[in-house]
Amino acid sequence: MTPPHVTVVGAGPAGLAAAETALTAGAEVTLIDSAEQPGGQYHRMLPDAYAAVRPERLQHGWRAFDRRRRRVLAHPRCTWWPDTTVWALERLAPHEPGPPRVHVLCGPADGADRRRLRLDPDALVLAVGAHDRMLPFPGWELPGVFTAGAAQALAKGERVVVGDRVVVAGTGPFLLPVAASLLEAGSRVSAVLEANVTATVARGWSQRPWELAAQAGKAGELAEYTAALIRHRVPCRTGRAVIEARGDGRVEEVVTARLRGDWSVVPGSERTIAVDAVCVTHGFSPQLELPVAAGCALRGSSAGEFVDVDDDQRTSCPGVYASGEITGIAGAPAARAEGALAGWVAGGGDPAAPALRHLRRSRDQGRAFAERLVRAHPIGAAWHGWLRPETVVCRCEETDYASICRAVTNVASAAARVAKLETRAGLGPCQARMCGPTVAELSARLRGEPLGRPVEGLPAAVPHHRPIAQPIRLGELAGGPDHIPNDTA
Amino acid sequence: MSPRRVSAQADAVGRRDRPLLITVDGEAVEGIDGQSIAGVMLAAGRLGWCRGVSGAARGVFCGIGVCFNCLVTVGAERDVRACRRRARDGDVVTLQSRKPSTPGTVQESGTEDG
Repeated sequence: MTPPHVTVVGAGPAGLAAAETALTAGAEVTLIDSAEQPGGQYHRMLPDAYAAVRPERLQHGWRAFDRRRRRVLAHPRCTWWPDTTVWALERLAPHEPGPPRVHVLCGPADGADRRRLRLDPDALVLAVGAHDRMLPFPGWELPGVFTAGAAQALAKGERVVVGDRVVVAGTGPFLLPVAASLLEAGSRVSAVLEANVTATVARGWSQRPWELAAQAGKAGELAEYTAALIRHRVPCRTGRAVIEARGDGRVEEVVTARLRGDWSVVPGSERTIAVDAVCVTHGFSPQLELPVAAGCALRGSSAGEFVDVDDDQRTSCPGVYASGEITGIAGAPAARAEGALAGWVAGGGDPAAPALRHLRRSRDQGRAFAERLVRAHPIGAAWHGWLRPETVVCRCEETDYASICRAVTNVASAAARVAKLETRAGLGPCQARMCGPTVAELSARLRGEPLGRPVEGLPAAVPHHRPIAQPIRLGELAGGPDHIPNDTA
Repeated sequence: MSPRRVSAQADAVGRRDRPLLITVDGEAVEGIDGQSIAGVMLAAGRLGWCRGVSGAARGVFCGIGVCFNCLVTVGAERDVRACRRRARDGDVVTLQSRKPSTPGTVQESGTEDG
């Protein structure tokens, strides 16, 4: 009997764990990642060309990751495709069993001569991760305003610091590692600002404290970052946010202000800090275009939409499994547990195997952690109080807040499709990855109902629906796939 | 002050730098092997290199290929995400703008002629 072929998309903590257990279960594995190296954002590695002698200095849990990475990539049944982008998932006809066909491009990012290939796996594990969510504020489009993830990726991945006087702001525990890696790389962190007030953070984290014992590893990691901040005497404040960035062609200063529990600005509490960079995060958005393209059902939660999975990480789509941040923002340990479960079951392993018990427990603890995270670091309902009519909301098309307000409160244009065409918000190169959740939320708030009303004759607009998941050049599209590795293997 | 690269001597990871050279709109910019084009430009003190639809400067924002704010032309390839593309020695980078060249047109004012 030929072993099943499992394609794993994403080689971060979840994807790498999935590849490992699918191999253990006996499957042939193709592991795909858009980066040159495995690790994802959490274990972002230095380029080989840096010839780093002590890469572990920048990584938590490096030894375990390094062992797993080597084991997986060297495995005779594993094919590793770095620099590879999934640009489309093609759903098969209803009578054809199995997951969608996977269309990929291999080669330098956005290059013109990438190889176009096609895979027809028996099972597909999606582990594509998340990116920073950032709420708009006046001046956030200025160069020098970065997502916290950008600062982290540049410091960890190529030893570039985004500035010398940096403010790190937003909400969530991710503020801490970002500040710590800037300090490690020699920047001065002027302040770390958590927008939620102490009461919100404390209430979120202190409920049922015994559950947290299971996350001791995570807690230890956060304690280390906190120690670094104390050592460098970085002022850390809760209930304070960056509400404006100012500068001539680049950020030169930020305005911070005290926030109430609902994130409304306390008048008169504004302060100005001179900076050459500001790093902001308001949580994470799961990258849902591939799960949506595969046809996976989503589940709504107070933190947004995620892929719905069962106890074995199966999605609603036969043969498609999901793991990691696309099922909920729960951190690397939970992602690893989910990935390991998904890979094992996808690879034909017995879902009732006793060894899975501790994985499920670890996954469930991670989910409890995720819920706690949402309670402790929510986005306050009154955040839009810091927007001005001229504040850019869609960075690509430079649609301002006033235009969004006009379009969504006007009855004729209130359907999502019409509002989008009228304001152009979400039509730019990023395809609403950045502004989508914000526009949806503002619309719902301004109209008192979600912006989902369909236009007559057209299906309802679905966010995250991007049939071309990643840019492909017309030449590449016209060239057609050049071979199917499955058939030649 | 500007973004910069941690000096190899001071770097706790103990790395060895192999320099490379790219040109950005004709100007030579030094980087090291393994860096992204965005990293090379940032470390050279460039912060905003694209022009948005209004002509306002844009540069790296998300750093992981999601926001498409850092697009450049590399050789003959337009719309390359600078944060995702490894710099190669000798890369010829041309800056792009999304500002319409004539009022009322939506066509991208390109830099195709390099």
